[in-house]
Amino acid sequence: MSILITPTTKIIVQGITGDFGGRHAKLSLDYGTQIVAGVTPGKGGQFFEHAGHKVPIFNSVADAAKATGATVSVIYVPPPFAGDAILECVDAGLDLAVAITEGIPVKDMIRVKRAMQGSKTRLLGPNCPGVVTPGTGKDSHGGCRIGIAPGYIHKKGHVGVVSRSGTLTYEAVFQLTSKGIGQSTAVGIGGDPVNGTSHLDVIKLFNADPDTHAIILIGEIGGNAEVEAARWIKANCQKPVAGFIAGATAPAGRRMGHAGAIVGGAEDTAAAKIAVFKECGIEVAVTPSDMADALLRAAKAKGVTLS
Amino acid sequence: MNIHEYQAKALFEKFGVPVPKGAVATTPEEFINALSQLPEGPTMVKSQIHAGGRGKGTFTDGYKGGVKFCKTKADAKEVAGKMLGNTLVTIQTGPAGRKVQTIYFTVASDIKKEYYLAILLDRNSSKPVIVASTEGGVEIEKVAHDTPEKLIRVLVDPAYGLADFQVRELITKLGFAGPEAKNAAKLIRNLYTAFWETDAAMIEVNPLITTPTGDVLALDAKVSFDSNALYRHPEIVALRDLNEEDPKEIEASKFSLSYIALDGNIACLVNGAGLAMSTMDIIQHFGGTPANFLDVGGGASKDQVIAAFKIILGDKNVKGILVNIFGGIMDCNVIAQGIVEAVKEVGLKLPLVVRLEGNNVAAGKATLNASGLKLVSGDTMADAAQKIVKLVA
Repeated sequence: MSILITPTTKIIVQGITGDFGGRHAKLSLDYGTQIVAGVTPGKGGQFFEHAGHKVPIFNSVADAAKATGATVSVIYVPPPFAGDAILECVDAGLDLAVAITEGIPVKDMIRVKRAMQGSKTRLLGPNCPGVVTPGTGKDSHGGCRIGIAPGYIHKKGHVGVVSRSGTLTYEAVFQLTSKGIGQSTAVGIGGDPVNGTSHLDVIKLFNADPDTHAIILIGEIGGNAEVEAARWIKANCQKPVAGFIAGATAPAGRRMGHAGAIVGGAEDTAAAKIAVFKECGIEVAVTPSDMADALLRAAKAKGVTLS
Repeated sequence: MNIHEYQAKALFEKFGVPVPKGAVATTPEEFINALSQLPEGPTMVKSQIHAGGRGKGTFTDGYKGGVKFCKTKADAKEVAGKMLGNTLVTIQTGPAGRKVQTIYFTVASDIKKEYYLAILLDRNSSKPVIVASTEGGVEIEKVAHDTPEKLIRVLVDPAYGLADFQVRELITKLGFAGPEAKNAAKLIRNLYTAFWETDAAMIEVNPLITTPTGDVLALDAKVSFDSNALYRHPEIVALRDLNEEDPKEIEASKFSLSYIALDGNIACLVNGAGLAMSTMDIIQHFGGTPANFLDVGGGASKDQVIAAFKIILGDKNVKGILVNIFGGIMDCNVIAQGIVEAVKEVGLKLPLVVRLEGNNVAAGKATLNASGLKLVSGDTMADAAQKIVKLVA
């Protein structure tokens, strides 16, 4: 198994007729992912065509879900309309909305998150690379790729990866694959201060997934999400976990690219988070090049064999 | 985006948050006109820069204090003359300091008691939080550390907005009574409206004061805005002061590059914020010091890479460059060609280490090797970092 998505998950693309959404819809189709519908208001009835695929476009998420049975949507629409696009997924009763869009106003996300309370829809992101469950084919083809991650760097296996950052997730996945170690699912939760799914939410899913045997938890400066996840791991998770925190050299008070990556107080520095990781039995990667090796150390200590 | 105190106070007045009467001058000639708008008597002279710690700051010519109390308007005019055009160094400006280009004169208020009041995002709950304390006029970080029980926190439900019972809770806990309570309640409600309506990232009033006559005023004002929301606030964009920003950071933003200057001598050029932060970290891990944070984004087009090199080389401390690109979707060969052209165009003389990984990486490395450029290839992040640290040592 895997978490959040499987290779048979049916997916809607909101913003499929835009450059960005269209490009990544094609890459997902090439990867073997079940992109079953596109949504662009006003373009319902048209088709998105690529390499023999003919994906129907609908005016609304509700229409698309009803016609195709899709349970997940990925959002590439521009920031001013992205909050609305997320709420449309909630209204359609989808299981998961993955918001790739970068630059959504914080106030919009505060309102969206409040409006989602009590709904069945999970939000991943925004400002995230998405989620990949690798497949069994060549270069992990046949898997489910939602978002903007490169599919081919993955390998089907049993390590769960969770991170805010896209390229740092790719770095970890690539290190694992290069060592012949596959992944169950790689999840990017996004770099914004208000997001739908936290590190802890993903860790709980990995912990409950019998197909995930070990976890890489990648964090960064700012906030306390990594600390919250680490403390839960200490109390509840028997699986080997390796961790890395980016931003040890970041000066206080400056945002490092991600709106959430800012040192505000003594608790959200890299040093403080690394100390908590150690205290919670998480094997800390000393450099970003050390993530896969750190996981191997953690696995060895618990007698877990990874492949 | 940050704004000056005088701009923040104008915003406060617009939303019905009382502030001491004030006036602005940007030249010595304007001092007289500005002061003529204020009554005779005790006057504050306040340097306007985007940094805290002004009162305890020192000018580069040795003059002490960027915020001063003066007994008369004549004194205020003289003090303003010493501040305007002078460079103020505070704990937040770094050693270079900031040139004072605007002076803000205000009526010096009679202070009965000082308080602290701020509104910002609480990340744990994803809701706005009002933070208040009876310990005003001092560093709030110190209050939070030494006497956390003196920090009052009220989370606002965004579906309803600030509720009256929450305002009463704040008023009671801050110990306001009588006309003060009424005035403070109105100020808190209006300040919250200002926060919400303007897409502010943070509003901080330190100190908030009461006067012997029962007035409640914002004596200082620090406001920053969510840059993602600026597209719907042209009136706030108009308040941007480019003099307060690093010219290299302004140039970077034109090319959708995220650049932050640091103190070290190894520049880095990276795609992705998390990877860019980690690249700085790994340079430091192997004994070097990073000169900047630079995220070229997911694409890393040729134009962006050229612009990035030019910005990096604008920093005279830079002794070497580390390029770390994980070409996930982008073809590494296209990125390599961009790097080669950029290096030729800017005539790079400094040591350059390139670590490329990802899509079509073999062709990319071949392009770099065939370029005839004096660059070193790194296989992993660790390998590349060690090589550049060694080259600049």
